[in-house]
Amino acid sequence: MMKRSLFLSLAAGAALAVSPAFAQEAAGTGLPADGIWIMNTLLFLMGGFLVMFMAAGFCMLEVGLVRSKNVSMQCTKNIALFSLASVGYYLIGYTLMYPGDNWMHVGYLASLDPFAQLEAVGLADGADAADYASTGSDFFFQLMFCAATASIVSGALAERIKLWPFLIFTFVLTAVIYPIQASWKWGGGFLDTDYGFQDFAGSTVVHSVGGWAALAGALVLGSRMGKYKDGRVNPIPGSSMPLATLGTFILWLGWFGFNGGSQLAMGTLGDAGDVSRIFANTNAAAAGGVLAAVLLTQVLYGKVDLTMVLNGALAGLVSITAEPLTPTIGVASLIGAVGGIIVVFAVPLLDRLRIDDVVGAIPVHLFAGIWGTMAVLLTNTDATLMGQVIPIAIVGAFVFGASLVVWLVLRLTIGIRVTEEEEMMGLDAAEIGIEAYPEFGKGSQFM
Amino acid sequence: MKLIIAIVKPFKLEEVREALTNIGVQGMLVSEGKGFGRQSGHTEIYRGAEYAVTFVPKLKLEIVVSDDLAASVVDAIATTAKTGRIGDGKIFTLNVEQAMRIRTDETGPDAL
Repeated sequence: MMKRSLFLSLAAGAALAVSPAFAQEAAGTGLPADGIWIMNTLLFLMGGFLVMFMAAGFCMLEVGLVRSKNVSMQCTKNIALFSLASVGYYLIGYTLMYPGDNWMHVGYLASLDPFAQLEAVGLADGADAADYASTGSDFFFQLMFCAATASIVSGALAERIKLWPFLIFTFVLTAVIYPIQASWKWGGGFLDTDYGFQDFAGSTVVHSVGGWAALAGALVLGSRMGKYKDGRVNPIPGSSMPLATLGTFILWLGWFGFNGGSQLAMGTLGDAGDVSRIFANTNAAAAGGVLAAVLLTQVLYGKVDLTMVLNGALAGLVSITAEPLTPTIGVASLIGAVGGIIVVFAVPLLDRLRIDDVVGAIPVHLFAGIWGTMAVLLTNTDATLMGQVIPIAIVGAFVFGASLVVWLVLRLTIGIRVTEEEEMMGLDAAEIGIEAYPEFGKGSQFM
Repeated sequence: MKLIIAIVKPFKLEEVREALTNIGVQGMLVSEGKGFGRQSGHTEIYRGAEYAVTFVPKLKLEIVVSDDLAASVVDAIATTAKTGRIGDGKIFTLNVEQAMRIRTDETGPDAL
């Protein structure tokens, strides 16, 4: 993805390292250099605002799957986390993630000098690479991925976490944890140079990172009251299936920018063709995930479970994210379908382990993220088994460990969980003071 | 006068109302409620875990009629609300001591 390609190409002394396997330079005169730069920049901008809208998708999905007494809280968390990620990624994150030659420990940790300084934007002073895209568009695009990582955490911890500790964690995740591990692959760090790790748009670098952080949080936070009682699992149905479905469709749309934009270039016939192919494959994987979940829940439970189907769509999308270019459309559907199957089995598995993940973020982003990263091996000959497995484990250990420490420190200092009474009352009343549906009469706050 | 309280399945309301107006009933009160009977609810599956729906949605109809109409009201409700499956509901008939129309101060069957 983006700069990763740039650094790769610089290292190789070549031009843009864009999937030579698929780039077919058909007969044509080609764009002048300015045109290529403009098209690449345009791809980042379009991809970036599509991924930005995924923040809305996560928000709607989450509010649909929580009870009505916690809806305002979920909305507040989502818009605040996006904004915090925007600041944290600017102050520290971007510098940590894309050090160029400016490493503190080469391949592992970037230097933070200069602090909070986005490279000057524009070609005039040589700040922007003439064969890449504008730095502003690159920053904008990268920021959205960072924010998506934080959104993943929010859903898993819903309905019992306090607002401020969550926001503090979000800042640490987006400013420090995410950028450091992302520099290992996309910033040209050791996972890229030593392992040849292949993760096109971030099944591991983005999705499983969010999943690991969510898992650590869910373990430290504990389950919602009444979810596991007397050795039984007590489902807590969400408040709005239409909103959850809308959120899933928005995420699905945003994913075209997520994966398509990660081609990092659209200035040649080959790149434009690849971007289109990525769009088609991304869609196919989501559809595969949906259909697998529809069939499987029908067979297992006698009825189709809509919430699992929505998770299936997202699991399909996460599964194709590590390699959305090289599979055929048919193979992409199957990769997505396996993601959908993983979700249907992983959701009850987490319940058996007493890990309360309100929206299924861990099955979707962590489990399907690992699967998607392994699925690269099916179609991309550049990937090696150990080159995928070891980075998955390294990123997992780092993110889970770092997140666990932050969550534990927060729990021991300011506390991360609301009181039992506040939890029963609902976080809208307890933490926010605004009910999502004040005139709807008796909602779940009375149950 | 008799007060007839009927607990019926919600989707049967329109059929029941039509049958009752056809035999001359001029008013009724409907409330939404949840309850359980001998069936004790049923189970559903959400995200892979089974849970009991202990209270099933029902409608409560309250109708006050003159004594001579009571039997046919009960009959009309029983006929139209019946599906033959579990959970069709129940009908209770109670004596009513007095009735009064607030607007006109009429009392007894005239107030119905």
